[in-house]
Amino acid sequence: MIFEVFRQEKKGAPFTHAGSVVAPDATFAQAFAHEQYGRRQESVALWVVPRDAVHEVTDFHDELEKTYHRVDGYSLKAKLKEARERASASSS
Amino acid sequence: MTNAAEFLEYVQSGGQVETGDSMPDEYRAKLVKFIEMHGNSELMGVLPEREWILRAPTLQRKLALTAKVQDEVGHAQLIYRVVEDLGKPRSQCLADLVSGKAKFHNVFHYPTRTWGDVGVIAWLVDAAAIISQKALLKCSYAPYARIMKKICWEESFHILHGRDVILTLMNGTDEQRELVQEALTRWWGPLMQFHGNPIPREKDPMYIWRIKSQGNEEARQQFLDGYVPQIWELGLTVPDPKLRKRDDGVWEYGEPDWDELRHVVTGHGPKTQERLELRRRMLEQEAWVRSVVLAEAA
Amino acid sequence: MSERALLLLEYADDELILGWRDSEWTGIAPSLEEDVAFSSIAQNEIGHARALYELAARDLGTTADDLAFDRDPAEYRCAQLVELRKLDWAHTIARHWLYETADELRLAALKDSDDEEVAGLAAKMDREEVYHRLHARMWADRLRDEPRFQEAVVGLWPYAAGVLPEELRESFMDIVPGPGPGTGPVERGVHSDELRPLWEEMTMVRRSIAGATW
Repeated sequence: MIFEVFRQEKKGAPFTHAGSVVAPDATFAQAFAHEQYGRRQESVALWVVPRDAVHEVTDFHDELEKTYHRVDGYSLKAKLKEARERASASSS
Repeated sequence: MTNAAEFLEYVQSGGQVETGDSMPDEYRAKLVKFIEMHGNSELMGVLPEREWILRAPTLQRKLALTAKVQDEVGHAQLIYRVVEDLGKPRSQCLADLVSGKAKFHNVFHYPTRTWGDVGVIAWLVDAAAIISQKALLKCSYAPYARIMKKICWEESFHILHGRDVILTLMNGTDEQRELVQEALTRWWGPLMQFHGNPIPREKDPMYIWRIKSQGNEEARQQFLDGYVPQIWELGLTVPDPKLRKRDDGVWEYGEPDWDELRHVVTGHGPKTQERLELRRRMLEQEAWVRSVVLAEAA
Repeated sequence: MSERALLLLEYADDELILGWRDSEWTGIAPSLEEDVAFSSIAQNEIGHARALYELAARDLGTTADDLAFDRDPAEYRCAQLVELRKLDWAHTIARHWLYETADELRLAALKDSDDEEVAGLAAKMDREEVYHRLHARMWADRLRDEPRFQEAVVGLWPYAAGVLPEELRESFMDIVPGPGPGTGPVERGVHSDELRPLWEEMTMVRRSIAGATW
C-alpha cells in the first residue's frame, strides 16, 4: 500500500506534503516515515495517510469574472477622492 | 494538452507537469528511463561504499558513512516512487536492473580499494553528481523536481563529510596523502566521463523536453571550475597534462575515453557483474520477506 | 579495572558489535523503506556505544575510539548474541527482537543506578530505544507465524538470555519463555569464533597506519 506523508517542520508551521512510502499497513508506514522524513530532526510531526484516503480536487473555473472575490476587484480611489472633497467643501 | 507541439512549447517556457497531466508518450517514456537510471545509480552506488562502513577507522566516520549510504538508499526510495507513479512498478525496475536490461551511471561500476577512495568518492564523485542534481531542481516534471530538493539538501552533508575525510588525510602522514593521490589518479578518468559526451544541449532530448536543464558539457565545466582549484590547492596532481583553464574561463582537458564509458555502462565495468549478482542474490534470498510481509508481488 | 568501567565496557561492546552487524544491512535490506529504518537503528547503536565508551574512557584515561578499536578481540566483553553473523532477515529480526527485549530490562535497571552519570545516559538511551522497540515488535508481530522466524528465535534464545545478568533473567523468561529445560544461557566471558574475523575487518583501516588520525 502507498501512504502519503505530510510533515511539520516546526511547531506552528503547516503540515506540507513530503512524499510517500510503501508499507503493508499503517504501523509499518509510520515506522518507515519516521526515519525517511525525520532522521535528521527535520520534522517535529508527521501525518501518514493511505493514498486512497486522499482525494484530489482540481476542477476550478472562473468563467464569469468574479471580481468581488479579488482584492483588485475594488477600485476605491475615485470614490474616496469624491467623498473627501465633498466633506471638506461642506465643512468650509 | 496532448498535442506534442503545444506540450513542448509549454515545458520550454517553464511549464510544470504533474503526475495526472496528459503528456506525450515520448516525454513519458524518456522521463521514466531517465529517472529510473537515476534510481538504479543510487541503489548501485551504495555497494562500493557500504564495505567501508564496516572498516571505518573511527566511530565518527562510521556514523557519518552509514548515514551517507542510508541517504542514498533513501534517495533510491524517493526516485523509484516517482517512477512507480509514472506507471513502472519498483519490482520491475529492480528486475530490469539485476538482469542488466537497465543502466546505471559509470562511476558505480568501478572498485573501491582503500580509505582514500572513500574520501575521493564523497568529495569528487558526489560533487559531480550534485551538479547534475542541482540542475534537475528545474525539471519540467514536478514530482521529480520536488524530490530533488530533499536529495540536494541531504547531499550537502555528504560533501562536508567528504571534505573532512580528505583534509584529515592530507594533514596526516605521507602514506595517507598517498592514499588520496592514488585514489584520485584512478578515479579521474571515470569522473571526466561521468557527465556524458558533449552532445550540444539543443540536440539532447533530455534538454529539449526540459527534463534536464543543462547540457553535459556545461555540467562538466562547472565541475572542473569548482573542483580542480580545490584539488590543486591541496598539492594533488590531476593525471591529465592537458588540463588547464583558458583566459576565457573555459577548461581544456584531454579527451575522455568515450569507448570506456560506453563499454562500462553497457554492463562491462570491472565490478558490474559482481555487484548485480549481490543484488540478485539478496533479492532472491529475501523475496519471502517481501511477499509475506510487505505484500508485494514477489 | 573498576566495576563501573567493566560494566560500561560490557554494554558498549554489545552496542558496538551489534551496531556493526546491523550496519551490514545498509544498502541490501529487503525493502528500501526498511533499509532506511534499520540503518537508523544501527547508527543509534553505534552512538550508544560511543557514549558508553566516552564515560569509560574518562575513568580509564583513554579515548572512546581507542576502546572501540584498539583492544585485542579477547579483551572485548560483548555477549555472543551480537557477534553472530546472521545475514538473513529472519535471524536478524529474531536477534533484534530478542536483544531489544533483554536490553529494555537492562536499561530499566541502569536508570535506577545510584551512579548519576550512568543513570542519566541510560535515560537518554532509553528514549532513543523507544523506536527500536516499536520496530522490533512490529516485525515480530508480523512474523509470529513464520517458521523461519520461530526457528530463529528458538536458536538464538540461549544467546539472548546470556546478554543479561542472572538477576534479570527471570523477567526475561516471563516475556520470552525458553525453548525448554536443558537449554541454558550462553554466558559472557567466552567469545564465538565470529568475533575475530569481525574485529579484523572492523580495524583493518585503523591498523594500516599506526597512530594516524582519520
